[in-house]
Amino acid sequence: MTTLLHKIKMAVLICGISSFALAVFADDAANISAGSKVNKIEIKAFMFNPQKITVKSGDKITWINKDEEPHTVVSVGKKFQKSSALDTDQEYSITAGAPGTYEYFCSVHPKMTGTIVVEK
Amino acid sequence: MSDYISHDHEHDGIDRRGFLTCMAWAGTGLLWTIKGGILASTTLAQIAKAGGQLPASDLSFLQISDSHIGFSKEANKDVTETFKIALDRINAMPTPPSFLIHTGDITQLSKPEEFDTFDQLVKSCRTKDVFYVPGEHDVLNDGGKLYRDRYLKSVDANGSGWYSFNKNGVHFIGLVNVLDLQAGGLGQLGDDQLEWLEGDVKGLGSDTPIVVFAHIPLWAVYPQWGWGTSDSERALGYLKRFGSVTVLNGHIHQVLQKVEGNVTFHTAMSTAFPQPAPGTAGASPGPLKVPAEKLRSMLGLTSVQYKQGSSSLAVVDSNLS
Repeated sequence: MTTLLHKIKMAVLICGISSFALAVFADDAANISAGSKVNKIEIKAFMFNPQKITVKSGDKITWINKDEEPHTVVSVGKKFQKSSALDTDQEYSITAGAPGTYEYFCSVHPKMTGTIVVEK
Repeated sequence: MSDYISHDHEHDGIDRRGFLTCMAWAGTGLLWTIKGGILASTTLAQIAKAGGQLPASDLSFLQISDSHIGFSKEANKDVTETFKIALDRINAMPTPPSFLIHTGDITQLSKPEEFDTFDQLVKSCRTKDVFYVPGEHDVLNDGGKLYRDRYLKSVDANGSGWYSFNKNGVHFIGLVNVLDLQAGGLGQLGDDQLEWLEGDVKGLGSDTPIVVFAHIPLWAVYPQWGWGTSDSERALGYLKRFGSVTVLNGHIHQVLQKVEGNVTFHTAMSTAFPQPAPGTAGASPGPLKVPAEKLRSMLGLTSVQYKQGSSSLAVVDSNLS
């Protein structure tokens, strides 16, 4: 049985995680304000292309997997929500949050890395 | 492939052809040290045709790898069929292997239905005991929980799923090197597993033959493609004092072998699709499309024989042609 203390702990933990994630990045496409740019990153031949991308805060970033191999998008230091495994032609999107430099990689093939620079 | 050992004058497991094959790999930039090693390759079909048997042995087991159930792209639209052919080959062996080792990538996308299909297929195998280690494709979204729930029932597993067991005086160690991978890095065992390994082999006599199996190669096959394990040196350090160590890996979907001192490293073919030779110009470490008639010659399985008193285990690869 879940104790009350356990529930409170869980609630605090969940709040903490979600508010942290929202402060940096939001992955809800509905949040994009009108006129914000969509930035595409193609995953092909085991590379993120472009490997480094500069976006404005509030821009949408979309990855599409063009390989026959599944890939993921995982933030170094868990600064934004990671994707699930993307099969061929599957997409994953996030919305750029606070300005800064964000490194990410594919957790299946960790040699694959990319960088997102978010400007104001 | 028909370059099995036919002239083993020195009884050291190396014939001229095998040595030349070895040297061919040296030409691709891999360093080979040959000492008491074995390089053998044949098909089970050839053995059956010749009416012969594999060398008499005290223990024989089979390695299958990278079945990728669920994959349906150009490189092989029917991986279920080729996996069935591999099982048929095992069932047709004159002497059935004692058990199977599956070195990971059971599925393509870690989906429950893919695991279900695999489980149904493997039931048709005459050999019932199967020991598993996960590939990165088996632990995609849940850190390997589904994999562990299904495939570690018959072993005494630790941590994220590593374990050891003994058969006929041989000590087998199944390692996990596909979890918690770091950005820019390679396969990884991690401190907890390495500490366990050190303790696991501590009480063993140095004459105990050791077989280590894991998905990603435990030697630097081609780090630029992620074909290696960052902390494998530490693991091998714990095994240095043993007279015979055989390391069996999958992941790269092709046979490669390296002998270093008392350690023989060997990677197996996939039953699903081939991948390019390491570092092939313009290629990436993904599925390799080959002409349909060539596909089965590049898929296969690996048979391993151990005879008490011999210094090394005989590793024999068979394709599915």
